[in-house]
Amino acid sequence: MIAALMVLLVFQLLGETLAQVSHLPVPGPVIGMVLLFLALQWRGVLPKSLQATAQTLLSHLSLLFVPAGVGIIQYGSLLAAEWLALTVAIIVSTLLTIAITALVMRALIHRHVADRTDD
Amino acid sequence: MSQTEPMTELIETWVYLATSPLLWLTITLLVYLAGQWLFQRSGGRALFNPVALAIALLALVLLVTRTPYTTYFSGAQFIHFLLGPATVALAVPLYLHWQQVRRLFLPLVFGLVTGSLTAILSAMGIAWWLGGSLPTVLSLAPKSVTTPVAMGIAEKIGGLPSLTAVIVILTGVIGAVAGPALLEALRIRDDAVKGFALGIGAHGIGTARAFQISGLAGAFAGLAIGLNALLTALLVPSIIRLVRWLS
Repeated sequence: MIAALMVLLVFQLLGETLAQVSHLPVPGPVIGMVLLFLALQWRGVLPKSLQATAQTLLSHLSLLFVPAGVGIIQYGSLLAAEWLALTVAIIVSTLLTIAITALVMRALIHRHVADRTDD
Repeated sequence: MSQTEPMTELIETWVYLATSPLLWLTITLLVYLAGQWLFQRSGGRALFNPVALAIALLALVLLVTRTPYTTYFSGAQFIHFLLGPATVALAVPLYLHWQQVRRLFLPLVFGLVTGSLTAILSAMGIAWWLGGSLPTVLSLAPKSVTTPVAMGIAEKIGGLPSLTAVIVILTGVIGAVAGPALLEALRIRDDAVKGFALGIGAHGIGTARAFQISGLAGAFAGLAIGLNALLTALLVPSIIRLVRWLS
């Protein structure tokens, strides 16, 4: 488990370094994710311990957002003043995004499948 | 012995513990576990989302005990830190489901672009239309991408990064709570589509929800986080420039 955790941290570190050096608008951990994916593809095997550690970490992914979310207490007055614009914008925009993404994908997958059966 | 002694001792102990990282780290885990227990007891009812419950409860505790957020965060930062390694760990489900991802390349690209644009434009448009102030409108622009990226974008375009962090979390909670029901209503049956849509709309919290649907849904949600972070970081500054130029 420690070895697997170290692998994750090493790739995060590589990602952070690359983000700093390249001035890409992408955060280090996301670059680290891409690098680890490429490394796994290249090696062609997934170590059992890495799989177990990743699964444990990802099954509690929602916990990791709690500390940042509690930051809401700093914005009492702003939320009081602009609660309507914020609430409506967040709710409508989020649901619209999920719906449109899913519908576009489904339409294209259907066409894709239809094309294949036509062949 | 007077009666005030144990009382002052108790207060002194509290004062000592309240500033130590240990207390707030422990309370965060405790509250999260309680939220999860409630979520399971409710039969997985969406309204009892563990993140939403934990945030609401902790916010209440901090307000009642008059604890500043910085004191709280000095303990909770150890949990916050794990967001980085967890993001890197998303490579694992992506690797495991790579065959399915490759097969859906075109739908994924179009889903990503339309979803990303919808998230940015609708959030800014609605807030502006309802009279939101400029910092609020700008802070909303990167709301559907993962926290660290969203904060970076907000800073770049003149929004408030820490407000963006809160908006991002609320977005995730809304997506995780209402998203699956919405997808059900739209008769989306494919776990890959469900996961990708949840990841585009509601980043990591949507991804956590997608992993509850299936490993496949989680893998696509994780992929969506990375892709949407990339695209939004490129799109938002250009959109802001365009809006400034038009107005």
